[in-house]
Amino acid sequence: MTTTRDRTSPQVPDVPLDARLAMYRTMVECRTFEERAQQLFFEGLVRGTTHLGNGQEAVAAGFAGAMRSDDYTFCTYRGHNHTLARGVPMAPILAELFGRGTGLMGGKGGSMHLTSVAHGAMGSYAIVGAHLPIAVGAAWSAQYRKSGQVAVCFFGDGTTNIGSFHEALNLAAVWKAPVVFVCENNHYMEYTAIGDVTAVARPAADRASAYGLEPIVVDGNDVRAVYEVARRAIDRARDGDGPSLVEAITYRHGGHSRADPGKYRPDAEVQAWLARDPIPAERARLLADGVAEATLAGIDAAAGAAVAAAEAIAREAPEPDPASLTTQVWADGGSSWRN
Amino acid sequence: MAELTYRQAVAAAIAQEMERDPSVVFIGEDVAAAGGVFKTTEGLLARFGPERVRDTPISEQAIVGAVMGAAMTGLRPIGELMFSDFFAVAWDMIANQIAKTRYMTDGQVSLPLVLRTANGGGLRFGAQHSQSVENWAMAIPGLKVVAPSTPADVLGLLAAAIRDPDPVIFCEHKGLFATKGEVPDGEHVEPLGTARIVREGTDVTVIALAAMVPRALEAAERLQAEDGLSAEVIDLRCLVPLDTAAILASVKKTSRVFTVEENPRLCGWGAEVASIVADDGFYSLDAPIVRITTPHVPLASAAVLEDLAMPSVERISDTIRRRLDEAR
Repeated sequence: MTTTRDRTSPQVPDVPLDARLAMYRTMVECRTFEERAQQLFFEGLVRGTTHLGNGQEAVAAGFAGAMRSDDYTFCTYRGHNHTLARGVPMAPILAELFGRGTGLMGGKGGSMHLTSVAHGAMGSYAIVGAHLPIAVGAAWSAQYRKSGQVAVCFFGDGTTNIGSFHEALNLAAVWKAPVVFVCENNHYMEYTAIGDVTAVARPAADRASAYGLEPIVVDGNDVRAVYEVARRAIDRARDGDGPSLVEAITYRHGGHSRADPGKYRPDAEVQAWLARDPIPAERARLLADGVAEATLAGIDAAAGAAVAAAEAIAREAPEPDPASLTTQVWADGGSSWRN
Repeated sequence: MAELTYRQAVAAAIAQEMERDPSVVFIGEDVAAAGGVFKTTEGLLARFGPERVRDTPISEQAIVGAVMGAAMTGLRPIGELMFSDFFAVAWDMIANQIAKTRYMTDGQVSLPLVLRTANGGGLRFGAQHSQSVENWAMAIPGLKVVAPSTPADVLGLLAAAIRDPDPVIFCEHKGLFATKGEVPDGEHVEPLGTARIVREGTDVTVIALAAMVPRALEAAERLQAEDGLSAEVIDLRCLVPLDTAAILASVKKTSRVFTVEENPRLCGWGAEVASIVADDGFYSLDAPIVRITTPHVPLASAAVLEDLAMPSVERISDTIRRRLDEAR
């Protein structure tokens, strides 16, 4: 799988080594965090539901690596990777998953709504498709304010069949809004294969021409390819040339959510994709490019230590203050609706 | 004092706020070049330019979503939904996204936005272009709800809604667009969450909203002339925040309460008002609280049926007269 938009640049870009190591670190941190989050779910500490991003780390890391610190990320309920990739600390995320008062949103949001405005993580949206028009609005705002910011909006393959996808793409194209739409095509909506319910083979890319956009398909398990596509799409947006629609082909290692073992997927398919795990692939390339094993082992170990430290903090975190039940409905901090 | 129509007051309010605050922007279907299908936004494009006053495609989810995204990143956007019935098309954006995001993010996200819409019946548009949807919004925590009855209040309350740091659903009654009224000279801003006593009285309290306010006032004049009855009429103006103090003070004075609601019967705002009066004003009451509403049916387009459905001056005055007679 390669980028089809590519016209002039080499297929494998010359990404600086420190940027590659940073993206590798992001992927390892995401994987380590998600694997521990899953265990903590089975332990009963993570409540409700979780939608893990295992296997899809290269999309988050490649795009985050290409973003400016003040750019906006909009993502879905499968948003742990994207939130971590923007540099949001693990401890408040884990405390949020535990429903604790020191969670990222004070325990009011949970796994599906991770948000850290200070990091440009403008929200994880749990209604399929909702955040695409919202990302267009943020991009329109950046355009109006001439801030040079770009909004990057991640969503799943299932989103391409809901109305707001099409409304957002059209409006963004008409307004030349600085937004990059990123479809993480992991082949399954929830439990149903996207191909079984979609009129075209490539659910995002095959719709691009309807909005005057080029079809862009990238190997979503190749972090360097993702980075290159991200850099071009973000540059294009920042230069005032309007939106892009990127389809990143990837695979989630687990089921849709914590309740789903993913039995509807053929074993051979799962095994083939596990063999294409983005993290060992990039690790091998870094080694081949001369990075010392000790350097990578150090990154791996640091990720484990960071997750363990975050877990220790989250385990000790207090329950939410009951008084917080009625705070932050309104900008005055309260919830009063009458005098 | 200048005289404006209700529709002119809409553009006047937006212009007033755009003049003072460059972060105010405005989008919607046919709002810019055409000046709005109800001609409520004429002249804004010419005055403020296409960067700030923009036409959109017929994409209600995109309109409302874009307004939200702009509001969370530093602008004070106004979005128009041509008919309030179209809220249903964008209800995810309104009820799930806009209303809940401040709470779910524990205050990280502020949404200083206004969604304006042409609300209400009486124009023979049929069931999908005539609804009073203010109760839909009132039922969702996180939305402020405003529904003015006069040009001066359109100006003052829309200005306040634009300045408000929270999301405001602003219901303009399409049956009132042609009505005229005096508006104050200079900058005009009315606080949200304050009802207005539009007619002082001592015998009964009549609580109304939007197009039901002039009808309640006319009914009150009839009752005065024909029965010597002194009706106090309250224009609620806002459902959220709700000025319960004004309601309870009036009940204390009159001991009788009638609501006049354009909405279908079930879960109308008057049910909440009745509940509050029952909770907090019960010992002031001399008789049951009476709700005068549209029956629980969709609005028909035929004039005779629509007029039969919506509370009329006759139905308001007859109901008040009959219920008072029963109590005697």
